[in-house]
Amino acid sequence: MTTALDRAPVRTPGPRAPRRSRIEWGPALAGAVRKLDPRALVRQPVVFVVWVGSVFSTVLAVLDPSVFGWLVTVWLWLTVLFANTAEAVAEGRGKAQAATLRKARTTTVAHLLDGTEVAAADLRPGVRVVVTAGQVVPGDGDVVEGIASVDESAVTGESAPVIRESGGDRSAVTGGTTVLSDRIVVEITSRPGETFVDRMIALVEGAQRQRTPNEIALDILLSALTIAFLLAVVTLQPLALYSGAGQSVTVLIALVVCLIPTTIGALLSAIGIAGMDRLVQRNVLATSGRAVEAAGDVDTLLLDKTGTITFGNRQAAEFVPAAGVTEEEMADAAQLASLADETPEGRSVVVLAKTRYGLRGRDDLPGAVFVPFTAQTRMSGVDLPDGRQLRKGAAGAVTAWVRALGGVVPPGVGEVVDGVSASGGTPLVLAEDGPGGARVLGVVHLKDVVKDGMRERFAELRRMGIRTVMITGDNERTARAIAAEAGIDDVLAEATPEDKLALIRREQEGGRLVAMTGDGTNDAPALAQADVGVAMNTGTTAAKEAGNMVDLDSDPTKLIEIVAIGKQLLVTRGSLTTFSIANDLAKYFAIVPAMFAGAFPGLDALNVMRLASPESAILSAVVFNALVIVALVPLALRGVRYRPASAEAVLRRNLLVYGVGGVVAPFAGIKLVDLLVSLVPGIA
Amino acid sequence: MGGTAAGWLQVALLGAALVLAHRPLGDWMARVFTSETHGRAERLVYRAVGVDPAAEQRWPVYARSVLAFSAAGVLLLYGLQRVQQWLPLDNGMAAVEPSSAWNTAVSFVTNTNWQGYAGESTMGSLVQMAGLAVQNFVSAAVGIAVAVALVRGFARTRTDRLGNAWVDVTRAVGRLLLPLSVVGALVLVLGGVVQDLSAGSEAVTLAGATQHLPSGPVASQEVIKQLGTNGGGFFNANSAHPFEGPAAWTSLFSVFLMLVIPFSLPRTFGRMVGDRRQGLAIVGVMAGLAAASLALTTWAQARAGGAALQLAGAAAEGQEVRFGGPLSALFGAATTLTSTGAVTSLHDSWTPAGGGLVLFNMMLGEIAPGGVGSGLYGMLVLAIVAVFVAGLMVGRTPEYLGKKLGRREMTLASLYILATPAVVLVGTAVALATDTGRGSLLDEGPHGLSEALYAFTSAGNNNGSAFAGLSANTPFYNTALGLAMAFGRFLPILLVLALAGRLAAQGRTPVTAGTLPTHEPLFVGLLAVTVLVVVGLTYFPALSLGPFAEGLS
Repeated sequence: MTTALDRAPVRTPGPRAPRRSRIEWGPALAGAVRKLDPRALVRQPVVFVVWVGSVFSTVLAVLDPSVFGWLVTVWLWLTVLFANTAEAVAEGRGKAQAATLRKARTTTVAHLLDGTEVAAADLRPGVRVVVTAGQVVPGDGDVVEGIASVDESAVTGESAPVIRESGGDRSAVTGGTTVLSDRIVVEITSRPGETFVDRMIALVEGAQRQRTPNEIALDILLSALTIAFLLAVVTLQPLALYSGAGQSVTVLIALVVCLIPTTIGALLSAIGIAGMDRLVQRNVLATSGRAVEAAGDVDTLLLDKTGTITFGNRQAAEFVPAAGVTEEEMADAAQLASLADETPEGRSVVVLAKTRYGLRGRDDLPGAVFVPFTAQTRMSGVDLPDGRQLRKGAAGAVTAWVRALGGVVPPGVGEVVDGVSASGGTPLVLAEDGPGGARVLGVVHLKDVVKDGMRERFAELRRMGIRTVMITGDNERTARAIAAEAGIDDVLAEATPEDKLALIRREQEGGRLVAMTGDGTNDAPALAQADVGVAMNTGTTAAKEAGNMVDLDSDPTKLIEIVAIGKQLLVTRGSLTTFSIANDLAKYFAIVPAMFAGAFPGLDALNVMRLASPESAILSAVVFNALVIVALVPLALRGVRYRPASAEAVLRRNLLVYGVGGVVAPFAGIKLVDLLVSLVPGIA
Repeated sequence: MGGTAAGWLQVALLGAALVLAHRPLGDWMARVFTSETHGRAERLVYRAVGVDPAAEQRWPVYARSVLAFSAAGVLLLYGLQRVQQWLPLDNGMAAVEPSSAWNTAVSFVTNTNWQGYAGESTMGSLVQMAGLAVQNFVSAAVGIAVAVALVRGFARTRTDRLGNAWVDVTRAVGRLLLPLSVVGALVLVLGGVVQDLSAGSEAVTLAGATQHLPSGPVASQEVIKQLGTNGGGFFNANSAHPFEGPAAWTSLFSVFLMLVIPFSLPRTFGRMVGDRRQGLAIVGVMAGLAAASLALTTWAQARAGGAALQLAGAAAEGQEVRFGGPLSALFGAATTLTSTGAVTSLHDSWTPAGGGLVLFNMMLGEIAPGGVGSGLYGMLVLAIVAVFVAGLMVGRTPEYLGKKLGRREMTLASLYILATPAVVLVGTAVALATDTGRGSLLDEGPHGLSEALYAFTSAGNNNGSAFAGLSANTPFYNTALGLAMAFGRFLPILLVLALAGRLAAQGRTPVTAGTLPTHEPLFVGLLAVTVLVVVGLTYFPALSLGPFAEGLS
């Protein structure tokens, strides 16, 4: 079974979105050392406690040196270092991208209308600049004059140029993109330092990353657990002294560090950065981590019909010949009637005739006279040199034409026409006036074609508990028919921007979170209201400002992947928390007998792993605790596998893997480490 | 009939009675706390206290009402004990020593009923009836009121009102505890529990010596002692005294009384939030943990090592020998699983494993099924913690019963699970680190450690059962345990009410296929494991130096 994530379209890596699976450990380690500064570490309470413990144990090791003391100290410092490495690795992925972007930004010069040159960084909103072919757009803005082709690959990674023109929904230009032809006047809309590229740099670097609400809530729970374990260990010493089994401070520090949730504490911020990074890799920019989290919570997905669910125009799907006409005969006539029809519908008739009946396109028909569609006749066609006239068009118009010429309309045609209409399609009646008189040849069934694979995707969404609503300008009946075919839950037919906004408000009043995509200025209010509003990069500045994500590929189906990424982020956090806490059981079984079996030999029964000596047991637990962080860094960056399924199924699987696995794995791991550690002289 | 068969029969009987009782009682309680009408007697009470029963309170006001009411209770009870010799019905008792009076006052107001004193030789009938018995009712009612306020937090949306504390306490006493107690007391009197106002009588024994036979209003206090999960006995020997627990079946009936309200409250919860399956899941976790604990306790007591114990067939020392080991184990498990703390046997004399288990029962935080009210709110807070981690694992920001668990909710829940262990561990550490604290221990080594750990666990979790062995009626223990009881009761209550306020203010997220189902067996298992892990991880080191060290040597 594949997942929404697996099916992400494989993109050609652009210069801005290099997909790297390799982890650059070297630079990350250097970054990790720099992060040893306690002022930075306070933000991660769990790691900070380890740092304090390391400092204490270093002092103790200096005052009273022993092999055991120093080894524990070294591994405590390594624990802090590994925790920092996790974050540094995650941040490192965005650094290279940021450097490229920054270069583009700093060298740009802006040309004002009066010909003076200013640095792009000094541009204020409202200023108008001229950009001609070959120049870089100095800042975000709207085209107010002219039309130009623009290379946006610096931002989107897409090398095909796009057209930008004044007025309408294609007026927005992004700073850092290059004008390839013509000349445009751009009115700047962003303040210095707040341009789209600036935001992207901040985003990919992970700089000033704000912790998200759920991350903070989890951090609070982890802090509480840390305090609980600190208390348990601090109060243990009087109990131990009473029992005649007082412990050295180094051992107590080791116990605290092993018990507090270091694994998840160390990986928490890396998971958050990696979640944003996964979005960036899919060419989606989120303005905040909060939006990514919200994406995982989405209950209702508003999808535009056109471009998302269907290809966007009606296509000939079937030829239904009238009585006494063969299919080939009809296909041939339909093709002839449509050869000169440049509308998408007309072209689709030619395509169907070719693909289904093998009829080659005939480019030139000497002497043929094409009859174009007009609002009065409501039909089009061709008059052939041999006198045959072919017409196709609205059922009423064509049958009237046939009757006017003295022909009869077979009774079956009306039924076919009604059937096609009822199914949400559009019937085109095809007729000829030839040697045998006027007659109806058949009905061309035009319909909105649902994109491949959409039905399966919507089924996945339903399993994830997400309701899909199709937004369309079509009438209710047509909309329902397409929704039924695509497996959409609900439709908003004949939708105006106000309807959209009202629908979002209604859903939110019921406590549901809503996600939508949009590109036009009239989408802006709805994008702003939605909990997750994904603006298309081709859209207007207003739309991009209103949403909390921008899709550089302008692919409306991306919304489904965004939801999956949001869920994956949360699943990763939960699973690693479970794993981290489950680990504690084995650590107790390693450390407690090591501490107290001397005073109470019976407690050696708890030493189920049969660890070599008290020192090796404690050291093994500390070493395992540190190594498990490194081992889980790739998982934290990649994210736990998320399959669209019901909540219960997902929970069952993750509990089994990370809960039960988290209990079992450290027993094996600590035993293995002990086998090695016990070889160290002075430990076993 | 052999002891084992009798044991099985008793458990089966008890289980059947609880299953039968929990539906009507749970539904009744839901009606009591959602009813719009006030009785005539209730109106009189409200007028006397000066509250408007129709005015609902915000959470700080609700909390202030509960705290003020409890503080007044402590002062009154302290005063009564200190001046009882000048009051009627003193039965010739002197004023109670200050530290003991403080300890007893806090103890009864916090629903702990730890007794550092011997009841029959310290408290006159007035203190017993007007002081202790009254608190037996109202401290239980406070617990129920707080639980109901939390349930309202889940049930309501977008409001800052949690109900009225005075109304809830009055109704819990008047419509629930009093009627049930009257019925229960009659049953107990039928079983032979004494009930009069005399100071006792003198009897001449066969050997010619005179013996004082204490007496008093025992049955009326006994019934609420169990029903309100109080546990403070009229006599020092508590339920082991033949006048408190005259027969095996009254002993079993006492167990039923302890368990019936805590096991029925989840039903009330389910009804009030409009989804009875949610209540069923909570009661499932409680019953599962309780059954496992009872099975282990019985097994630990029956399978004791040592030649003498093997010969006797089971550990017999300190047992309620009249009724046999299984009933002792059942009573011991029930009294520690609820926050009752009444005893029919000396837990100090149990096998290390058995004693460790009753200790662990209390460490669970009195949630399986726990004290009246406190059991439900404790379990719901742990459910919030379980839902938080599990909810993340299904890919949504966690929500329980449609309420999002954000920063504030998790802060309160985290502090809740931190509060009681902090009280217990710090208390035990201080006791063992000081000469005064160590001086009261009867035994040395791990068993002595268990005695101190047990005392603070019992006080911090508001259980009140004593391990015996510890001479607790000293100024040090009276003061320290009094503090432990007060913090162990009111810190969690404050946090729970704040949490209720947060939850009530929220809207409700609708349930979809992507929502973590909190009524399925998977969640029941998950919550049970969460309880064990949270408790186990906090207390493992302390337990290893007490019962483990003793049992494994």
